[in-house]
Amino acid sequence: MKGRSIEPFFWSLFSSGGMLAALVLPALALALWVAIPLGWLQAPGHQHLVALIGHPVTRLCLFGLIALASFHWGHRFRFTLYDGLQLKHLFGLIATLCYGGATILTAVAAYVLWTF
Amino acid sequence: MADSVAIEVRRYRPEEKSEPYWQRYEVPVREEWMILDALNYIKDNLDGSLSYRWACRMGVCGSCGMMVGGEPILTCASYLADHLPGPIRIEPLRGFPVVRDLVNNLDDFMDKLTAVKPWIVREQEQPLSEGEYLQTPEELDAYKQYSMCINCMLCYAACPIYELEPAFIGPAAIALAQRYNFDSRDQGAEERMDHLSRDEGIWACTFVGECSVVCPKDVDPAGAIQRYKVKAMTQWYKSMLLPWGERKR
Amino acid sequence: MNPEYRLYHPKWHRRKVPIFWWLRKWSYMKFILRELTSLAVVYAAVLLLLQVVAVSRGEEAYANFLAFLERPRVLAANILIILGLLFHAVTWFNLAPQALVLRLLGRRIPDRVVLLAHYLGWLAVSALIFGGLARL
Ligand code: SF4
Repeated sequence: MKGRSIEPFFWSLFSSGGMLAALVLPALALALWVAIPLGWLQAPGHQHLVALIGHPVTRLCLFGLIALASFHWGHRFRFTLYDGLQLKHLFGLIATLCYGGATILTAVAAYVLWTF
Repeated sequence: MADSVAIEVRRYRPEEKSEPYWQRYEVPVREEWMILDALNYIKDNLDGSLSYRWACRMGVCGSCGMMVGGEPILTCASYLADHLPGPIRIEPLRGFPVVRDLVNNLDDFMDKLTAVKPWIVREQEQPLSEGEYLQTPEELDAYKQYSMCINCMLCYAACPIYELEPAFIGPAAIALAQRYNFDSRDQGAEERMDHLSRDEGIWACTFVGECSVVCPKDVDPAGAIQRYKVKAMTQWYKSMLLPWGERKR
Repeated sequence: MNPEYRLYHPKWHRRKVPIFWWLRKWSYMKFILRELTSLAVVYAAVLLLLQVVAVSRGEEAYANFLAFLERPRVLAANILIILGLLFHAVTWFNLAPQALVLRLLGRRIPDRVVLLAHYLGWLAVSALIFGGLARL
């Protein structure tokens, strides 16, 4: 086991985030950010949303979605920069930016949802 | 059908020129000819100095892989007539150092291949008196697809990651590791995992997927690598949650 | 004769990889586009978070956020993002059968079945989201 990389951990976040994003995000984005603004769907009332997000299960789901989606991005984008722009020599910097960004986003999500 | 076609070969003759150059030949078109037949025609009739590898002419030996029109193919398995009207550009497989003309140096691939131990690894060999290792059709089916590999290296030529990062172990070697991992007689999965679950191993792969597209034997190396990642991931979590389970080796 | 050539000292030729190697082939291009969908995914995560923040700040902030979403430029950007998300989802599901090899009674479940299961799951989840939001 020694010398094996920590990559499996990041990959597990990447792949579960990718699966979740693929299943949930297109419909969610279409409903919230296109259907509602265009009036195809009625915007949910404020109290309804407060009640919905107030529920711990909803908050947990939202947190999982945002955190995993962030790490999905962090991991994938890291390799896009490595390979797509041939920046492999900036290994440390890119990894820090990508996973660091994802960590910050996750922390903010945790804070927002915890204090909702 | 046209009766002749232009073939442009990317030639490299270090004793004459430091850089590769294109050379054009006119060859007749015959319905039954493969690309390789056209090359043989050039070699026999037009220019004996052209160098390239081939052997079996039937898609088994895996030595005649070249880039034709930018795509890695087995030249013995692709009709000349399918590439008309030409000119048909023929280059050595990408990603490898060129020795001369269409001949690549294969040391890197050979080293990577042996490093994954593509043979049956046993902790203890069963004595001869106990007979052979038996296998059910289902057990054979579990790895058969991966055993079809002919080491033609088309998958390496299609893989941009290998080109960018020559340390990457690469598609066929990883698929062959899986061929033995999935073999019920084999016990070497742990050793191979140590070698393959590294940054230059399965984790360098970003699932471009082109290796599986060009593979002439439907090995699906891209799939083999993703399955390996799933396995490595579950093992990683297991070793994190049950650190004592891992120590016993 | 090449004056740089030394007899019995073979000199290999290595090709340089162009920076924008992915322009070379449509399949590589598609790969890069697929990888760039991660930007759409992270954008969606951020916007979702902002929406939660708006809701938590009270009725007025929420109304402002809804107005913000209605701006033509924002709407256009969001439509673009959704195209990215769709591309992510389709490419993700299409590759799934290669990574997910399941066996049943010693036989490999055909790729088509695995693929279909993914798309059906996607349909179900999407219907659930639309239905749920419509009933709020
Ligand atoms: S996996 Fe396919 S393309 Fe790669 S070396 Fe084997 S037969 Fe050739």
